[in-house]
Amino acid sequence: MEMAPQFFRHGPSLQARLFFFVLLSLTLMAADTHFRYLAGIRQVFAIALYPLQKLANVPMTLSDTMGAVFVTNHLADENAYLKQQYLADKGQLLQLQALRAENDQLRKLLEAAQRVESKAVIAEILRVPSDPFNRKIMLDKGSQSGIQTGQVVVDDVGVVGQVTRNYPWVSEVTLITDKDHSVPIQVVRNGLRSVVSGTGKDGLLELRYVAVNTDIRSGDVLVTSGIDGVYPPGLPVASVSKIERSPAFVFARITCTPTAGVGHHRQLLILSLMNPPAETPADAFEIKPETRKREKVGIR
Amino acid sequence: MHSKSSLRQGSEKKLAFADHPKQEILLPVKGSFIVLSLVAALLLNLLPLSPGALAARPDFVALVLLYWCINQPQRIGMSIAFFLGLLMDISNASTLGENALAYSIMAFSALLFHRRLLFFSPLAQAPQIGLILLLGQCARLLAGLLGGSHFPGWGFFLATITGIILWPLLFSLLRMPQKPGRSTSDTL
Repeated sequence: MEMAPQFFRHGPSLQARLFFFVLLSLTLMAADTHFRYLAGIRQVFAIALYPLQKLANVPMTLSDTMGAVFVTNHLADENAYLKQQYLADKGQLLQLQALRAENDQLRKLLEAAQRVESKAVIAEILRVPSDPFNRKIMLDKGSQSGIQTGQVVVDDVGVVGQVTRNYPWVSEVTLITDKDHSVPIQVVRNGLRSVVSGTGKDGLLELRYVAVNTDIRSGDVLVTSGIDGVYPPGLPVASVSKIERSPAFVFARITCTPTAGVGHHRQLLILSLMNPPAETPADAFEIKPETRKREKVGIR
Repeated sequence: MHSKSSLRQGSEKKLAFADHPKQEILLPVKGSFIVLSLVAALLLNLLPLSPGALAARPDFVALVLLYWCINQPQRIGMSIAFFLGLLMDISNASTLGENALAYSIMAFSALLFHRRLLFFSPLAQAPQIGLILLLGQCARLLAGLLGGSHFPGWGFFLATITGIILWPLLFSLLRMPQKPGRSTSDTL
């Protein structure tokens, strides 16, 4: 083993370098969590990483296409099933159209605000990161496809999450199970409004600060209430799975299971933004969607 | 006469010791190979997998980084570790600096012990590498807990164990282009 002579070494010592880098990462972490200054750095790195990410997805896309070649015998069955489903859905859609017309008329009669129809963009899940500390996924549509932060992401059964960062070709979605994410909800059975929060664990949501004597039962379906102006009203979010009422505590412990899941599908829908919310009650009477800035939309 | 032969025997023994496989003279590493191996590791880390496999996947970038920190400490150091950590942070959508912190600390430990580690065979290195990986995982855990997360469960350390298992294989794989005794044209 040869020893490096002292006069050949240049630069600061190992310990000094460690100190510098630890300090730098701690500063970055603090800056990233408390102030959102680092969007630019993220943008640059994300663009640099994009080709690699695409390349890493190649095996999966390949296996998909190979699978498509080999499972042609399922196609007839699937086609028949889809046709049947289409007919059934079409019947319901006709009913829905009639109901919507009726609803519009009733709302007009009541002079209530019209509900906005939301458009949707289909995006594919690009990556589910393995970070255990946050629940986020990457979708393969970004600001180039007109995706904005704050847009709501759903699958065919319910709410999945919300776009929290967007890059040119990729967008980052915070799932409703993320520890920092909350969704305003309404209980379908009795119209009770509350906020459901993520716990950071997969498939587990929590209704916090609900009084012990509140009328809520296990199996209750929770849908978005829409009062936040971010989530369109009426989207299924979760169902109540367990309620613990202990007289020792003021609040009941209510755990819920999200309706939607990332594990089910590769494709998700990104809904368009709703009208931005009013900041004060007085503003609510004079909302002008075009003039208002859209920066208050995120509810992280 | 007798003493002379024993002397010769002794010198032969010494020669045998010098010829020990760990002491063999390796070919220099090409910079392109280092870059290639790191990019390949990054790709393996980005590979989409099922949730179960995701938890057990070793941190390939950390392993390759440790290999180069031990074998090429003049070239690969903490700044590259920090940069790779940032890349992992962005691709994992985690707090910026979380992986950077873990990688810097791991690179530091590897640089500190690189002379000592090279005394051992890859198999004997594995548990020591495991300690370094554990240190990095602990740094990551601490950063996550400071960020307000819950403890993610003991499955979090599964990646460390798979990393230990993978180390001897990875070591011999990355060592391959440096092995002497074959024509340099077929090496990378």
